Amino acid sequence: MSVELDVFVGNTTIMDKEVYQLWLNGYTVNDAVKVRIEGGVMEECEASAEVLLSDTMDQYRTFQMCERLLHHPAKLANQLLFQIPPDRQAMLIERYYAFDDLFVREVLGKKLSKGTKKDLDDVSTKTGITLKSCRRQFDNFKRVFKVVEELKGPLVENIRQHFLLPDQLARDYAAIVFFANNRFETGKKKLQYLTFQDFAFCAGQLINNWTLGAVDNMMEDMDVDLDKEFLQDLKDLKILITDKDLLDQHKSLVCTALRGKTNVYNEMEANFKNLSRGLVNIAAKLINAKDVRDFFIDLVEKFIEPCRSDKWTSIDMNLYLTHYTNSAHILDTFKHHAVWTRYMGVIKSCILRLYHD
Amino acid sequence: MPGKLKAKIVAGRHLPVMDRASDLTDAFVEVKFGNTTFKTDVYPKSLNPQWNSEWFKFEVDDEDLQDEPLQITVLDHDTYSANDSIGKVYIDIDPLLCSEAATVISGWLPIYDTIHGIRGEINVLVKVDLFNDLNRFRQSSCGVKFFCTTSVPRCYRAVLVHGFVEELVVNEDPEYQWIDRIRTPRASNEARQRLIFLMSGELQRKIGLKVLEMGGNAVVGYLQCFDLEGESGLVVRAIGTACTLEKISTFPATATHPSNSSPSKDMKDSPQAAPSTLGCRSTHSSPVHSASSRLSQGFSVSVPTLLFAGMKPRHRSSEAPRARQCRPGFGEEAPGVPLSSGPPTPLRAQTFSSFSPSKSYSRQSSSSDTELSLTPKTVGIFQCPSTPALDSESSPLPSVHLPCHLRPVMSSRSTTPPLLHISQSDTAMLRKSVSFSEELMLAASGMGSGGSVGKEAGPLKALLRQQTQSALEQREYPFFTLTAFPPGFLLHVGGVVSARSVKLLDRIHNPALGNTRSYKLLDWNSFAADEPETRDAWWEEIRQEIKSHAKALGCHAVVGYSESTSICEEVCILSASGTAAILSSRFMQDGPPDTEHRLSRQPLCVFSTGSERVEGDMGSSASLGFEEVVSPGCGFCHIPYDELNIPFPAQLTYCYCCRRYKVPDVLFTTIDLPNEANVTGKGCLIQARLCRTKKKAQGEGNATAISSLLPFLEYELHTQLMNKLKLRSMNALFGLRIQISVGETMLLGIASATGVYLTALPSPGGIQIAGKTPSDITYEQHISTMQKKINDTIAKNKELHDINPPEVVEEIIGSPIPEPRQRSRLFRSHSESSDEVSELDLSHGKKDAFVLEIDDTDAVEDIHALLTDSPTPAGFYSCNTEIMPGIQNWTSAIQMFTSVRVFRLNANLTNQGLNKIFSDLCENLLKSLYFKLRSMVPCCLCHLNFTVAIPEDELIQVAVTAVAMSFDKEQPLENGKQSGEKTLIKAVTENDEQLQFNLELNAETSSSNPRSSPKGLSEVGSHLSARDRCSSWIEQLKLKAHTIRRGSVKTTSSLEKASPLPEGRSRSLRSDRSYSGSSVAVVKMTPLSFIPGAKIIKYLGIINMFFIRETSSLREEGGVSGFLHTFIAEVFAMVRAHVAALGGNAVVSYSMKECVFMENPNKNQAQCLINVSGDAVIFVRESELDSTLVQTQSATTHPSNGGEGT
Repeated sequence: MSVELDVFVGNTTIMDKEVYQLWLNGYTVNDAVKVRIEGGVMEECEASAEVLLSDTMDQYRTFQMCERLLHHPAKLANQLLFQIPPDRQAMLIERYYAFDDLFVREVLGKKLSKGTKKDLDDVSTKTGITLKSCRRQFDNFKRVFKVVEELKGPLVENIRQHFLLPDQLARDYAAIVFFANNRFETGKKKLQYLTFQDFAFCAGQLINNWTLGAVDNMMEDMDVDLDKEFLQDLKDLKILITDKDLLDQHKSLVCTALRGKTNVYNEMEANFKNLSRGLVNIAAKLINAKDVRDFFIDLVEKFIEPCRSDKWTSIDMNLYLTHYTNSAHILDTFKHHAVWTRYMGVIKSCILRLYHD
Repeated sequence: MPGKLKAKIVAGRHLPVMDRASDLTDAFVEVKFGNTTFKTDVYPKSLNPQWNSEWFKFEVDDEDLQDEPLQITVLDHDTYSANDSIGKVYIDIDPLLCSEAATVISGWLPIYDTIHGIRGEINVLVKVDLFNDLNRFRQSSCGVKFFCTTSVPRCYRAVLVHGFVEELVVNEDPEYQWIDRIRTPRASNEARQRLIFLMSGELQRKIGLKVLEMGGNAVVGYLQCFDLEGESGLVVRAIGTACTLEKISTFPATATHPSNSSPSKDMKDSPQAAPSTLGCRSTHSSPVHSASSRLSQGFSVSVPTLLFAGMKPRHRSSEAPRARQCRPGFGEEAPGVPLSSGPPTPLRAQTFSSFSPSKSYSRQSSSSDTELSLTPKTVGIFQCPSTPALDSESSPLPSVHLPCHLRPVMSSRSTTPPLLHISQSDTAMLRKSVSFSEELMLAASGMGSGGSVGKEAGPLKALLRQQTQSALEQREYPFFTLTAFPPGFLLHVGGVVSARSVKLLDRIHNPALGNTRSYKLLDWNSFAADEPETRDAWWEEIRQEIKSHAKALGCHAVVGYSESTSICEEVCILSASGTAAILSSRFMQDGPPDTEHRLSRQPLCVFSTGSERVEGDMGSSASLGFEEVVSPGCGFCHIPYDELNIPFPAQLTYCYCCRRYKVPDVLFTTIDLPNEANVTGKGCLIQARLCRTKKKAQGEGNATAISSLLPFLEYELHTQLMNKLKLRSMNALFGLRIQISVGETMLLGIASATGVYLTALPSPGGIQIAGKTPSDITYEQHISTMQKKINDTIAKNKELHDINPPEVVEEIIGSPIPEPRQRSRLFRSHSESSDEVSELDLSHGKKDAFVLEIDDTDAVEDIHALLTDSPTPAGFYSCNTEIMPGIQNWTSAIQMFTSVRVFRLNANLTNQGLNKIFSDLCENLLKSLYFKLRSMVPCCLCHLNFTVAIPEDELIQVAVTAVAMSFDKEQPLENGKQSGEKTLIKAVTENDEQLQFNLELNAETSSSNPRSSPKGLSEVGSHLSARDRCSSWIEQLKLKAHTIRRGSVKTTSSLEKASPLPEGRSRSLRSDRSYSGSSVAVVKMTPLSFIPGAKIIKYLGIINMFFIRETSSLREEGGVSGFLHTFIAEVFAMVRAHVAALGGNAVVSYSMKECVFMENPNKNQAQCLINVSGDAVIFVRESELDSTLVQTQSATTHPSNGGEGT
């Protein structure tokens, strides 16, 4: 005897959060049943494995039918096929678009192309996340990317509206889209210690300050691209390191301000020129797309690593960067105050975020 | 009565991509009704086209309006090749034809394709302008309301219950026409869908006609079924109960009914509430209605109408203040009765005379000989419209008068308004027994026109004596599809009667059918003369049998009646079943039901003379010589049959409630548990399942084999039911439904019912096991362990279902009145029919114990089967009736669901093996349901409806539709307190509401403003407990949002006449505004006739939909499960969408009548047919009832609002 067909359809679509998560995680029905049995739901509800299997199959089918709608979350609200209470809809969407930090670290900054998708099995083996789940997450990234790529207006807002995501998740997606669009390199060994949230924070900073939308959100261009004009202007900052006087002056100003306030004063004084060169060089090179990609590597290599080897604390770092930024304004021959503020504001917060073990 | 049908195509959304190149669609719409087709412009390159078309107008006959659906086809324009069809929408416009139902269909409806399923949605507006034309030759029956609900719909009151209506239409199945061989399945499926839409429309119209002829205005318990007979054709048949319903205007209803969250309470309260509404109710039963309804022929209607026209104002003014509130309801109703106004009498009479001979049923004839009585009756009737007074004079002989007895009753009714100086009770009495000269004098002196009444009333007395006979027994089929009755209607229940018949299907021989390819519908009846073996004749046979069974049980009526078929190849089993019963005549012959019964004894104080005689007369007339005054809680259990002439072996005892009348030891019925019944503990679902193998055979041989198997099947099912009932220590079954399904190699039987312990019936004895070979010690041991197991189970079940020991019950009931108890003891010892139940419980040899003999393996199996039924998990209850006795406090959380399973059996199974498998299958399905719905605990699965089928050899299909309802687990003591509080609250709010109403009336202009409601809400809210408030607030808000949205749509639609263009824009603006949440209105669905915690304020019409879905890529669509899952979800979606478009927010009495699934895995194909039905309604949460009432009321004062505040 065998069950040929087994369906259950409720007027209000019944969805079990736990099973949904198992489905999202890419478990097969049988694995999901095992997990559920271990979870003790059987004893709780006097059910048998058979019942559990039937329920799991049924739920999986429901989710599969819903998946099409979840690709366009706005449709979920005005489709007629499933009667799902609004809070359930929100839950479905949020969980569907949720992603694993482990996974996103693997693809962050990579081109969301077929090629990358082909490599997902490697990612899957590396992270221990099922290939199915990897694919879903990757497709989500790609889908969001495709939709907002061409849209005007603030990136986060666009994502939130089109995918009905909660604020934090929308921000994360903005970061992913931004990274993918600018192809920031995040996979190098030196960057391995950074979490997705570190990058997401930086992305937020960049989006809010360095894109065209940051200065003028009425512009045709979008949040996903860096403000070319600004990048061009950044070249002017080179004067801070090319002009010997300016460099010395800058150094003495910072040293004066920091003397006695930090334990790593000596190291700082010794390294000042190197560090300053590092930061200004990063700025000057950003006009090249290739160097944009290396932005984070450069930050880590040129600045964070030297400081870390000198055992700066984050308080030291904060002090140093504050004074380093402010002192430049006092320099009499330095004219590019606006660009400097815009640049250093982001750099400072990024470095502070990235400066950890 | 022609009508103008208007349709407007507004927009589409979520359309599929039809052009792969552009990923877009160039959509346009064809709107077709009858033979007329309109087209919209092509809206190029969009998946969300905005057609905003003009109004397409169809000028059609109302006959067509009833028969035909509006067909909307969405197509993709293609310049070079043929236009591709995207999908279709069939809109049943029947709800628009009834003044009391929906006024407009407006909303997003899914576009459906048989292959692709739902493909986007289309926004349409449909209206009907109906011209009132009372052509008596008409073939249409617009205005007759249809209800699937098998009880009196919640916002109506039954004035009269006319009785059984049935009809069937036959056509060739397009699937099996020769042309099918060369066309795609899709084409034939679409043809089938269209045909069945047409056929059910026609069927409904014909039933409506019959109802009008009988004088009713509604069909309750409408049950429509399809028989897919394969090559021999397609039969659509329907049965129902014709009634005259009257709308209870929302105001007094809510004022008097302390609306509790529990429906049962609601009903129980109504008798108490009734007296306060008396005045109002009798106002309702205005002669206009009763006239039109009473005189089934509709010929003399105009007489009372004319009379009444003058009386109306007086009638009103003399009524109590409460009656004033009823007027809106009354005013609404009047136009809804088509016969109440119209051309002068002669025309009608003439029409009638031409009409009546063709009538097939003889309800209106009082003579038992139907055929003969027809002619004289017609003559007599013919006279009356012109000369009502003359009629009475010209009838010196009762025999002559007999045929007209209905009319005189009528006339007396019609003249009651003048007698207004007499209290209502007088008139009620007068109607009943006007035989006394004193009364006649009184009546005559009271009113001039009353004189004629009195004279007429002479023969009336004799008639009243046999009124029940005349009302019921003279009918061809005294059947009622109702399962729940107005209080006092159901007097006694005899037991289940059923009949089955096995028929061989042969090709429906019909030259007309053979020649024409058009879907002209043919009435099978019209060919009855040529074909002796028609479907109609088949059913007639069965019904006659049922009738005779009922008679054998001493009953004159069959309630809870239903019919079904099971078809396999060319063999068809027709089944009918019901419950033999004795009904009170009060709904049969006249008047306001609630008032009459109670008031019949009141004449005592009004008439001092002849009062005793009145009393006696009343008693006999009311219940045909049976006891008149019985406790409502046990009365229905008392045997209707003669004690000395019991039709079947039964043990009679004196009723454990009243100790006065005999009751059987076990009672089986097909109806719902009467609300007033006294029940001990809770009930539970009891199911008997049976499988029997049979040899493959053809034709006659097959039919014979099946016929010979059926009695055994039925017997065994019965035994199983009985055993399981005993095992649960219960003594009655309600809602019994036995389905027998036939396959090529087996027969399946499933009997479901809700078992209860009726307090009035004796406690069931235990089950005693006896072995045949007592000598064997091990064997005895085996038996004793088994016995122990059974005893344990019984004990456990008692606890589970709160069935306290019957001794205790006896004490409680008996002690307050020691006398009857003693008497009963005495009686018992005299009769020696039974002893103290407790004593003989399990003792061997006593009559009360139920003995199972283990003589072979079969019996062992049986006992095992008994014990395998696993108990429901904690927190769950289940029943197949509307609600579970013993549970109140339903919360508003309901979840309707459909579950389908198909099992493949291994070949060569024995009967035992099959039984086990089948039983396990059902048990596992139930277990799955419990697991699925575990989040709703504590909850009860209500109306669990199992349907089994054998789609193929070795396949068993089980489909279940039910609703899970949560309830609050509270102590009964608290319950009482709560309900007390609630009534108090209601009383308070009642005042508020009346005040508000008055205010609203004064401030008429502002009354349509929905914003006035929140104030009312908060007022109500403050009375509720904090918890209630929280939950109800959310509900309120949700509903409020809905209300406002709908309200706004209404306004636009009423505005659009002036400016059609901005309509679309304003609509879209609105939808933008309400976008915040879901833009899809929530539609609740339930197989029950009510929604817990809510009040149904309007019935919008019947939903009757038929869909076929097919696929040729089964695997790609997720296999059979994926395919069916999608399809059922789609069907739900379409039902919801159509209900929402009618302006409703729920479907009640929903059922899935048909689910035929066929697959061909080798070809990767599958096909499924689903037929669903239900009643679309608007409900309001009780918590916010008061505020919406204001709205509804304001809406009625402003007809422009469409009368749909919600």
